[in-house]
Amino acid sequence: MAAIELENASVSRGGRSVWARATLAVEPGEFVAVLGPNGAGKSTLLEALLGLLPLTSGRAVVHGEVGYLPQRHAFDSSTRVRGIDLVRLGVDGARFGVPLPWRNPYAARIAEAIRVVGAESFAKRAIGELSGGEQQRLLIAQALVGEPDLLFLDEPLDSLDLPNQLAVAALLDRIRGERSLTVLLVAHDVNPLLPHLDRVIYVAGGRVLSGRPEDVITTETLTELYQAPVEVLRTAGGRLVVVGQPDVHTHHGHAH
Amino acid sequence: MLAYPFMQHAFAAGAIVAVLASVTGWFMVLRRETFAGHTLSVLSFPGASGAALAGLPLASGYFVFCALGGLAIAAGGRRNPQRQSAAIGVVGAAGFALGFLFLSLYGGVLESLESLLFGSFLGITGGQVWTLAAIAFAVLAYFAAVGRPLLFGSVDELVARTRGVPVRALHVSFLVVLGLAVGATAQITGVLLVFALLVAPAAAAQRLTPRVPLALALSLAIALAVTWGGLTLAYYTNRPVGFFVATLAFAVYLACRCWPKSSFATR
Repeated sequence: MAAIELENASVSRGGRSVWARATLAVEPGEFVAVLGPNGAGKSTLLEALLGLLPLTSGRAVVHGEVGYLPQRHAFDSSTRVRGIDLVRLGVDGARFGVPLPWRNPYAARIAEAIRVVGAESFAKRAIGELSGGEQQRLLIAQALVGEPDLLFLDEPLDSLDLPNQLAVAALLDRIRGERSLTVLLVAHDVNPLLPHLDRVIYVAGGRVLSGRPEDVITTETLTELYQAPVEVLRTAGGRLVVVGQPDVHTHHGHAH
Repeated sequence: MLAYPFMQHAFAAGAIVAVLASVTGWFMVLRRETFAGHTLSVLSFPGASGAALAGLPLASGYFVFCALGGLAIAAGGRRNPQRQSAAIGVVGAAGFALGFLFLSLYGGVLESLESLLFGSFLGITGGQVWTLAAIAFAVLAYFAAVGRPLLFGSVDELVARTRGVPVRALHVSFLVVLGLAVGATAQITGVLLVFALLVAPAAAAQRLTPRVPLALALSLAIALAVTWGGLTLAYYTNRPVGFFVATLAFAVYLACRCWPKSSFATR
């Protein structure tokens, strides 16, 4: 059984069609990148799968619990709450009442989630004084601590420098193996992810295309999808480099 | 000093207000809603002058206007910080203008205008203490009921919303509770010095520790020390209480700013 299925699914926002007739399936345990130009509807795809946005037609099915990390900005440096407390909110944060400070029934789960993301050394510091990469690890721990079957992340690498992008991508790949998670990740740049990907979903021109990276990230496919001259080069190390994507100049102009 | 009933009332009211202001203030600082809190304190002025005009007890005016002000600010929404701060500013200006109108309609000078603005601990009656205690009970019950989701929504509204936290309802209800706490505190510290108790202890405590329960306890301890210390100094020097409360609070805040960040109680 597929972990995620879209069947002839269409979505519109404010009466305008975002993308239409999307059909795809993601197998359990796959590491999937959602790629495409800004405003094409990548975040919309996650929202539609989560049921936050109704489909105008077709069918979307997700099998299992989802841990979701929305697109975000970093915590302000004045946010004086510990990272570990933030992770705990991932277990019971939506529940009414007040936690008793001397009793934590989830201590073991929280410690495990923090260990998995390698955040032991800074989890007890205030979240606001941590670097973007450290904050991102704790947010991933927060999503993991609810013990989901799937992890949806919206541009988790966006605010990170290159070494941290590579580290977080590798971390997600490792967690996926340890916990047999299906990971669906919206990304602006495919390069830090390429060594880990099983599948890419390309959203462009009102269409959604899914397949193996080496089948989708080709000069022909992307030129057709973008309707602009895009070139895909293969480096000596076997990695794919996409040149000339039309959204390069609007690097931080996110459309929702 | 404590042999006099008016000093007993002042110490009791001071303790209640310290509890209210420190806990509410801690969430206010965390949510970066200090400007909203400031504006709500300004609304005590039309509240008090309106109550005087209507011939009602001043306290009722404080609570009604501050709570309504909370609703008015909440109507401005929270998603767009620029629009929200503009909305808060407009509410504050309108409130002040209304207070001025009430004052001129009232005819004379409001007898206690000075204590309205700068506070007075010395005329507190037993009845006022009980009213404050009732408000404090309601506010603490609110925090006991929603403390955890409110914390989640305060530090990470986006994720909290996707996890099912009713962030909108919490935003509105928190501003009303903030209005009640401000209305209560303003009766002791005066409209203009509410901030001494609402911001300084909470901000100092957040500076000292990122541990939530410890920060709340520290905020309460500082607020209590500042209030009782101010009362004692005022009693012996015969100078205004508000001055001592504000100065002590400022001194504590300054000392905590100079304290090296995170060197204390991070474990």
